[in-house]
Amino acid sequence: MSEKSVTTETPSATDRATEGIELGRVGLYATLIGLVGFYLVPIESGFVTSIKTSEALRDTAPFFPPGPGGTTFEKWQIAFDYLAPGLVNSVLFTIPSTILCAIFGSMAAYGLTLVKWRGQVAVLALFIAGIFVPYQAVIVPLYEFWTQWAQLDARLAFLWGLPLLAEHHATLLELIITHTAYGVPIITLLFRSQYKTMSWEMIEAARLDGASVWRIYRRIVLPLSVPMFAVVFIFQFTQIWNEFLFSLTIIGSVNNPAASATLILSGLGEALEGTDYPLRMAGAFITALPTLLVYVLFADKFAEGVRV
Amino acid sequence: MKDVLELLCSVRRGRIAGRDESESRPDERPIRTDGGAVDDRSSLRRWLDSDLVQSAPFWLPPFLLMGFFVYAAIGWNFLLSLTSYSGFGDPNYGDLSFENYWTMFEDPGMWAATRNTFVLLVGFTLACLVVGLVLALLLDREIRFGRPLRTIYLLPFALSFIVTAQFWRWMYNVNNGIVNQFIGLFGLGPYNWLGSPRLVLGSVIFALVWQFSGYTMIIYLAALRSIPNDQYEAARVDGASTIRMYRRVIVPQLRPAMVSASVVLMLFALKAFDFLYAISDGYRPRRGADILATKMVRESFSRSEWAYGSAIAILLFVLSLAVIAPYLYNQYKRGNL
Repeated sequence: MSEKSVTTETPSATDRATEGIELGRVGLYATLIGLVGFYLVPIESGFVTSIKTSEALRDTAPFFPPGPGGTTFEKWQIAFDYLAPGLVNSVLFTIPSTILCAIFGSMAAYGLTLVKWRGQVAVLALFIAGIFVPYQAVIVPLYEFWTQWAQLDARLAFLWGLPLLAEHHATLLELIITHTAYGVPIITLLFRSQYKTMSWEMIEAARLDGASVWRIYRRIVLPLSVPMFAVVFIFQFTQIWNEFLFSLTIIGSVNNPAASATLILSGLGEALEGTDYPLRMAGAFITALPTLLVYVLFADKFAEGVRV
Repeated sequence: MKDVLELLCSVRRGRIAGRDESESRPDERPIRTDGGAVDDRSSLRRWLDSDLVQSAPFWLPPFLLMGFFVYAAIGWNFLLSLTSYSGFGDPNYGDLSFENYWTMFEDPGMWAATRNTFVLLVGFTLACLVVGLVLALLLDREIRFGRPLRTIYLLPFALSFIVTAQFWRWMYNVNNGIVNQFIGLFGLGPYNWLGSPRLVLGSVIFALVWQFSGYTMIIYLAALRSIPNDQYEAARVDGASTIRMYRRVIVPQLRPAMVSASVVLMLFALKAFDFLYAISDGYRPRRGADILATKMVRESFSRSEWAYGSAIAILLFVLSLAVIAPYLYNQYKRGNL
């Protein structure tokens, strides 16, 4: 971004009357700070609410932090106990499907971009259109497929006696396959955007030299894709971790041992006597923690993935 | 690393060899994998060496996986929508009719859901485009802390719908929610933002704009970055005012970014189910905030009207097709595909 700020300072600021600029600058920064408030207040108030005792919750405004003695992490403790199995499940399906998506996406983008053959555009169009299919249009068949047809939990029954494996891992496997299938189109497009800019001559030359399609992929394309793999991992990890509809479809119930973190969160803090907001807020933060961490640590790479 | 270097050297050698070869052959035969040796292979052999077959191991497995879950699933969904399946036993594929589609016309809930979907679609998309544009133009100047500011504005996009819905339930809380406290400063309210059928859709749109305007901003920023510098210079030499420069030089060039951002935003709006599910109490929607996506899931998973739910899903799919087909065609014509 730094080059850009150099580029655009030209029209805005440099050679106007000093006083006008000063006033304009003040207005600009005031707006920017006001916007920071707008984007952070919902998150901030969620956080302070989650650490308030019930007295502090009653006595202080939702925006203000609890006074001395009004702080407690009790709700975080409770929310964590609820969410812990969900967090484990989410990790168990998010990471494998992220890796599979990246591998498949890179392979598909290579086969459809850097190797030229007739009819390629049609296949590519199907991939790209696949990004935009609303999940609602597939969840009923998806449900039918996994519950009536595939029945992985019954078919893999011989596995559940093994250590570390349990029946609900079949559901997680279903989620891995599903997330991979629906992630492949967008990841293919991400890799394609990079492969399109790759030096075509180099690949052509390698082919003349007798390198096979596979060899070119392994020796030229793959090493050059490493930065894109990072972008894809970050982007797709966030996407799959945050996903809800497939969890609701395939797992179905919060009480299922395979329940994901988002699924448990959606039902957290619901009681007959009202909603336990502090518990919900604590749960929201615990659920969001992995993606928040990824986001803050790799902000630029994340933005790169968003930009497709 | 050594491998790559070695390969790059061999590539250079190959390139020269290749050029010599193509010059010696006047007929412009396409370059082949075998390095252009005299073609004495059988037709089977040639087919096996063709680029289509050689590249198939790369794109075919992902294509089959995706094709099964996307395209076959949509076909299956259509088939289901023609049955009267209600979750018991197996769907009866022998007796197909369009009855579910006729039912949609007589379902008053359908009209409300369709209207709300369009309000959400248009309101959310336009608001995101405008707010995102403002953010991008503000950040695309010589300012301090540009990078952290951008990170903050995009932050909600990194969160799950389920997470942001929790925050906004709290923000819109009737008793002491921040929204009511804020407008209370101006002597307004309090309003029941999520409970009142007239306010709920607007409240949802507002929250979704909070979550997605950063996304639009990122798209715009990338586009702004690609505007060549000399265009600013030229406009400045011509004595264009700042406002005129924005109107005539900058904003028109953002149009492609605007188009692709609005396609994605509309699709987010079409499937805003997650958010509405979490901001309501599960399948029971807020009164006045039922959209096609929530109705579809409710009919299927809560009321076990699987076939009817599938019919609504097909309607949703057709709607999204109406959004993306022109976009894809346009991309194809521009050669972006």
